[in-house]
Order: sequence, then structure tokens, then C-alpha cells
Amino acid sequence: MAVDSVVAARPYVSAPRRGPVTRVLENERWFAFFLLLPTAVLLGLFIAYPFVKGVLLAVTDAKVGVPGNFVGLQNFAVLMNDSIFRVAVWNTILYTAVTTVFKLALGLWLALLLNRHFRAKALTRAFILLPFIIPTVLSTFAWKWMFDPTFSVINWTLFHLGIIRTRINWLGDPGLALISVMIVNIWRGVPFYAISLLAGLQTISPELAEAAAIDGARPWQRFRYITWPLLLPVTMVVVLFSVIQTFADFQLVYILTGGGPANATQLFATYAYQVGVGTGLLGEGAAISLAMFPVLLVVVVVQLLYIRRVETL
Amino acid sequence: MIEGARWRRWVFFNLPLALFVIGLLFPFYWMMVTTVRPDAELYRPWMAPNYTPFWTLNPTLDHIRYLLDETLFSRWMLNTFFISVLATVISLFCGLLAGYALSRLKFPFAGSLGTGIFITYLVPQTLLFIPLADIIRNFRLGDTPWALVLTYPTFLIPFCTWLLMGYFKAIPRELEECARIDGATRWQAMVYIVFPVAVPGILSAGIFAFTLSWNEFIYALVFLSSPEQKTVSVGITSELVRGDVFYWGSLMAGALLGSVPVALIYSFFVEYYVAGITGSVKG
Repeated sequence: MAVDSVVAARPYVSAPRRGPVTRVLENERWFAFFLLLPTAVLLGLFIAYPFVKGVLLAVTDAKVGVPGNFVGLQNFAVLMNDSIFRVAVWNTILYTAVTTVFKLALGLWLALLLNRHFRAKALTRAFILLPFIIPTVLSTFAWKWMFDPTFSVINWTLFHLGIIRTRINWLGDPGLALISVMIVNIWRGVPFYAISLLAGLQTISPELAEAAAIDGARPWQRFRYITWPLLLPVTMVVVLFSVIQTFADFQLVYILTGGGPANATQLFATYAYQVGVGTGLLGEGAAISLAMFPVLLVVVVVQLLYIRRVETL
Repeated sequence: MIEGARWRRWVFFNLPLALFVIGLLFPFYWMMVTTVRPDAELYRPWMAPNYTPFWTLNPTLDHIRYLLDETLFSRWMLNTFFISVLATVISLFCGLLAGYALSRLKFPFAGSLGTGIFITYLVPQTLLFIPLADIIRNFRLGDTPWALVLTYPTFLIPFCTWLLMGYFKAIPRELEECARIDGATRWQAMVYIVFPVAVPGILSAGIFAFTLSWNEFIYALVFLSSPEQKTVSVGITSELVRGDVFYWGSLMAGALLGSVPVALIYSFFVEYYVAGITGSVKG
């Protein structure tokens, strides 16, 4: 209806009369400029500017309410000798690596299961995504309650299945806390992997697998030599996205352990929060956050190169 | 596609799928049971002989009542709703315009601008929250909803732009050219011809942006301080956990009720939501 009125209103024989604004907007470059302006302003003010400001903060000894003096790379030098920071770096790497492997393996398995035909498939798919869409903080509280040493339903189940004999202190035991946190991260991430990979699977023609089956390929061979290579581009993008999110994770750990016990689950983001907001050492906190940057940059560059390569193929 | 005996279908398909579904959904069931469980039962150790984990015989609404009467929960819900809707509208507006420009128009630096927006897409909130808190304070936006309304678009706009670019690229140029020949201005051709065709993409981007805003935590935690300004996630975290005391019943009630708006929108638009996820990783 809107289309009709536009088309009908201006018979193209008579040149339409246009105001100065329209004339500027008819120029392709100016039009593009105005279309990009709101985005550029918002992203400039709240991404580019904070980034520069973060770098400037990281080389000062600023505290909350105190502007601070230039101290050069002293904050980073302090961090190098900070045993908690080293633990946080190691934890973050371990956390990202382990959860990514499990999320990919389980997500792929679930995607392959969902790629079959069965009753109530759409319903199952809708329910499976719930962990991903329910706000992380809220579902993490449910896990925290399930992990409670005295009231844990997980302990009850394991005890009655005969797997454990005494209680397990999921979040209180320094040796176990990181594993518990990883379990929750994997739980939340698997649906995202599964649904993304399922979308990738659905673009692969089933005829390929059928042809291979006729030629005598076993199910495992069909997966290894047909499905997996064709799925690789989607897998790469999903993994890179998820690595960035996991590497910079905060909410999950903040709710479950707050970085404890004894910094056993401290990550970059939780430590930056503890130093920068908790203690109020803005300069040092900003330096911890920025220490994530090189790793994130590498992942982003890999992703950009990979996308470009796929696009030019 | 499983060939052969029935047991194979059970072992390789039904059983694993059932385990996945149970594992992924159990925490939500647990949330619901805990919400209606009376305190006497709630704080019964799992070693106790009369511990009945999976159901309760005396359901109670006390926790929900406490949540609604004694805390600012309804206020937090309103705050979150207001912030999420506004941030989504701003992001959709910016994302539509930017996505159109980047996918349809020729201008200098178009490629590098596109790459720039893609990079901001990958910037996690935890990288910038400390300097950003300082900036928010300088702009005198601290402890107001505007701090979040203006900063949430930083992670929503890149996503919306990226997703909508995919939809715009799929719309044939001839459609627009016809309108232009008939005398439509560039603006009219964009708003009346291209945008209506991209409505499914706009819905996907909007729903996704709304759930991402509802989910956001660290900015809300750092930028807001007074209880009546908080969002659901932050309010529950700070007001229902006092020191070492967790109000578990009300916490679970808050988690459950706080999830309802997102779950409702999701249930109405599952297909668009899935399209949003797959579109976001396709690039």
C-alpha cells in the first residue's frame, strides 16, 4: 500500500521538485554518510572513546575520585609479578580451552541427533535452546543452589546411584570449583553450538551421504569425509565467537564463586572487577582488562582472515 | 537414518537425546520446585531421610509473596523492560540505516567501515567496563537508566547491522531501481521498498537484541547503585543475597519470574530467534 502511493504520486515525466535536504540525500556519498552517522556517534562515544580512555587509565595510578599520575608501564609490571594475576591468566586459558572442546563435541552430537526426523522435533529444538536464552545470572543461581554442599540435589542423586559416599563440596573445594564453573558454562553453551551447527548441517545435501552409503561408506566414514569437511566453515565461526565470549566471561563466575575459593576460579574479568571496582584501583583494573586484548585481537584477526577466505572462494 | 535393529535406535538416538533434554532442562525444573517449596523443606540437608528432592507435597506461594511485597522486584522488572525496549529500538534504528548503507551504497572506505563494525561486534563488555564507568560518571549518567540505554546499543548495533546486511543483500536491486525510476527519492526507496521486504530480519534482530539486553549484567552491576534503579539480574543478586545469607526460595522465584518475559517472547518467535542465531554466525 505504501509502495503504491509512492509509485503513483510522481509521474516521471515532470521532474519532481525537491528541497535542499532531498538533493543532498540524493548524492550517494552524503546519503551513506547520514545513514552511518548515528551508528558512528554511538560506537565512537561508547566503544572507541572508552578504549582510548582505558589505555590512558592503564598507564596511571588512578583511583576512584583521584585522577592519578602517569606511571608508564608500572601497572603491567606489577601484574607480571602478581601471583593472583598469573592464576587468573592460567584459569582463563584452561576455562576457555576445556569448555570449548566439550561444547563443540556435545553440541555437534546434539546437532547430529536433531538433524534426524522424529516426532516433536520442533518442540524439542525450542526447549533445548532455553539455557541459552534465559538470562545467565538467573539460571546460574539455580546451579548455585544445585551445587550447595548441604542441600545439593546433585549430591543426593549421586549418593543414591552409589557413585559417591560423602558429600561433594562443588564450589567450596579449590580443586573442584573451576570444574563446577566449567560445567555450568558448558551447559549454557551447548544449545548455541547445537542450533548453529544444525543450521549448517541442514545446508548439506543428504544425497551426498546417500551416494557415499551406496558406495559402501560406513556411518563414521560418511561423517569424517563428507559431513565434517562441509560443516567446517560454520564450525570455525561458531568456535571463534564462543572463544571470545568464554575468554571474557564474567557473570557465571561472579555469581557462582566470585573468583574464590582462594582465587581458584579467578578469571581476567572477575579479577579486573575485583581490583578496579571492588578495591577502586581504576588504573590497575583497566590494565587487567586490557591484558585480555592481545588474545582477543588474535582471535578477531583469525576470524576476519577466515571469513575473507571463505568469501573469495 | 539409523539402519537395523530397534535397540540400535534406542542406544544411539532415543537415549542420548533424552539425556540431553533432561540435562539441559533440569535446572529450570529445579528453579520451579524451589520456588514453591516451603522453607522447612528447603533447608533439610540432602542426607536427611525425609529429603524429597524432586517434588514437594506442601507447595507454598510465600517466596513469591515475599519477593513482590518485601523487595522492589516489580520495579526492577519495569526498569529492565524499559531499558531493553529503548536499547532495542535505538539499535534497530541505527542497525537498519547502517546495514542499508554498508550493503547497498558505494562510498569511500565502505569496506573498512564494515570491518570496523564487525570488530566492535566482537568486543566483549568486560574489556571496557572500567573506563566506561568513568565516562558514564563524567557524563552525569551514573545511576540512571540512560547509562544502560545508551551503552547497550554498543553491543547490539554491530549485531543488528551484521544480521540485517545479510537480509538486504538478498533483496534484488531491480526492486529499488523501479521505484527510483518512478521518482522515489533514495530515502523513500529505502524506507518504503527495501525495509518492508526485510521485516523478518528486523524481527529476528529485534528479538535477539531484546533478549541480549535483558541478559546483560556487568554494565548494570557497575553503572547502577541505588536499589530502585536496578535491573532484575542485579537487583536479585544484591538484594536477595545479604552477606552469606541467601534467600533461596525468593531467589528462585525471582529467577523464574525474571525469565518469564524473555521466555514468552521467545516462545512466540522461536523461528525468528533461530534465524537470528544462525544469521549471526553466517556473516
